[in-house]
Amino acid sequence: MSEPINTSRRRTVIAATAVPGALTGAAIVAPFVATLAPSERAKAAGAPVEVDLSNLKPGEKKTVEWRGKVVWILKRTAEQIAALDKIPASQLSDAESKKSIQPDYVNAKTRSISPDLVVMQGVCTHLGCSPTEKATPGELGNDWPGGFYCACHGSKFDMAGRVFTGSPAPTNLVIPPHKIDGMKLVIGIGQDGKEA
Amino acid sequence: MAGTPSNHPSMFKNPVLNWVNDRFPLTALLKTSVTDYYAPKNFNFWYYFGSLALLVLVLQIVTGIFLTMNYKPDAAYAFGSVEYIMRDVDYGWLIRYMHSTGASMFFVVVYLHMCRGLMYGSYRQPRELTWIFGMLIYLCLMAEAFFGYLLPWGQMSFWGAQVIVNIFSAIPFIGPELAVWIRGDYSIGDATLNRFFAFHVIALPLVLLGLVAAHLIALHETGSNNPDGVEINKGPKGNAWSKDAPADGIPFHPYYTVKDIFGVVVFLMIFTAIVFFLPEMGGYFLEYNNFVPADPLKTPAHIAPVWYFTPYYSILRAVPPMFGSQFPGVIGMGLSVMIFFALPWLDRGAVKSIRYRGNLYKAFFAMFIVCFIVLGYLGVKPTSVWGQFGDWASFLDTRDIATWGARVLTIGYFAFFFLMPWYTKADKTKPEPARVTMH
Repeated sequence: MSEPINTSRRRTVIAATAVPGALTGAAIVAPFVATLAPSERAKAAGAPVEVDLSNLKPGEKKTVEWRGKVVWILKRTAEQIAALDKIPASQLSDAESKKSIQPDYVNAKTRSISPDLVVMQGVCTHLGCSPTEKATPGELGNDWPGGFYCACHGSKFDMAGRVFTGSPAPTNLVIPPHKIDGMKLVIGIGQDGKEA
Repeated sequence: MAGTPSNHPSMFKNPVLNWVNDRFPLTALLKTSVTDYYAPKNFNFWYYFGSLALLVLVLQIVTGIFLTMNYKPDAAYAFGSVEYIMRDVDYGWLIRYMHSTGASMFFVVVYLHMCRGLMYGSYRQPRELTWIFGMLIYLCLMAEAFFGYLLPWGQMSFWGAQVIVNIFSAIPFIGPELAVWIRGDYSIGDATLNRFFAFHVIALPLVLLGLVAAHLIALHETGSNNPDGVEINKGPKGNAWSKDAPADGIPFHPYYTVKDIFGVVVFLMIFTAIVFFLPEMGGYFLEYNNFVPADPLKTPAHIAPVWYFTPYYSILRAVPPMFGSQFPGVIGMGLSVMIFFALPWLDRGAVKSIRYRGNLYKAFFAMFIVCFIVLGYLGVKPTSVWGQFGDWASFLDTRDIATWGARVLTIGYFAFFFLMPWYTKADKTKPEPARVTMH
């Protein structure tokens, strides 16, 4: 009854129950957190997409879905390719695509494997809206060379998806891994054979 | 007043009430929180909005429960089930419009309630915790509104959620993986809709109710502030009901219950007028693009959040990207909301109420209100709304006048907070009265 409280033993017992208790608590939280990650079905739906290019004419754009994201396949005209060269690098945030996501096997300037055919995610690098095509030069003011305009927050991109300065988007449009095999385009597997 | 004869458990003639009181402090609870809760006698118009917020909360919960009975949280059926509620369920349109109008009215009421707190210094010592619980309620409400907005699975639902979730992907290093984890997929999809539904109908409402209880318990511990910003508990004692109660206090019931019921009647007149005649409120309460089913391949021409988020959204848009990242804008937006938490410690004024503040504070306060409203206006408009600067401005990163306007207003918004320790101290205040005016 009158035995004094052994505080050090009490502290040891508290630690001996609290520490494993906290670890158990953390272990129980882990599966709950894991259920929120993409399921096996969602991962499987991210498989590569094949596109037939035989009916795509110069100046035309084809839109496909890959992993729930918009991917544009754009066959640029000779004028559009020439116009890319005329845009001064000072007007572009990342003219050489050094900070932007694109595979090594695409040209830094045209951002494509062959000069005409560019494959890019139609997803603004700012906050994920899909920009609208404004391909006609002069459509957005006199000095507009043709490109894309994101209506959400006003980001502007050229016909190679390079972002103009003054846009809230920090980097150029993302070029997904893709390979061209004659008239067949595969999105999700790179020219170098690597899968996304 | 525990222990007083009037509080004795078995004092009533009604044996049922006595039976309950012997086992649960029913009468005592009613006394401490309603009939013996003395609130300052000088409450004015601004004091309606607390009780109105409670009313809207109840309306949202009741209409929400009935909506879930017909709604399907599945990307393939969600849009159709909302249209089904609107067209085929008897009075479904009424329940749905009450819920959608309730969402906007919740923010109207809460913004006015917060404005009251700012004007009369209700956030200041000793009510800091009441303010913090209130801010947590506000954050919870914003999350609730955001999750709920995805559920109709319209174009604005989809693209709004897309933009907000992508805000998280701007966080350095962990951002992209975090965004995938939040969505449960590589883009907004069925998994996202399902989990947002779970958060909207059960997780957040539970948190919200707990926070509302904490907000009220904290308030009743310190007692209410009032338009004069003086403490009635420090004033003279003794009123018509009790000699220990503050002289300038009147019992919450029946005095303020009656006042609040009057407020409820007027509020419901406005509320029902909107529900019946203006449920879309010209595209501000229900955006027109949301009557188009979600299409992941096509962004609407103009995306704007619902009006109650637009001041913060404007700040997000105004901050230019730095170091090749849009994270600064995200920080600016987050800070513009979170900074309210710091108010009790930023304000060093000698008086609480705007009635006794000097012109310096009043000027800053007026500037803040103007910044908040104009930022809100700019947030619903495209950045081209005010036109563009001429060619002389080609050295600027953008020529959109509205973007520059929003930048100036953002600076004004933050100046209200960051300069507060200085200007509240330098302010020439008037002397506070010893008791509330109109005693």
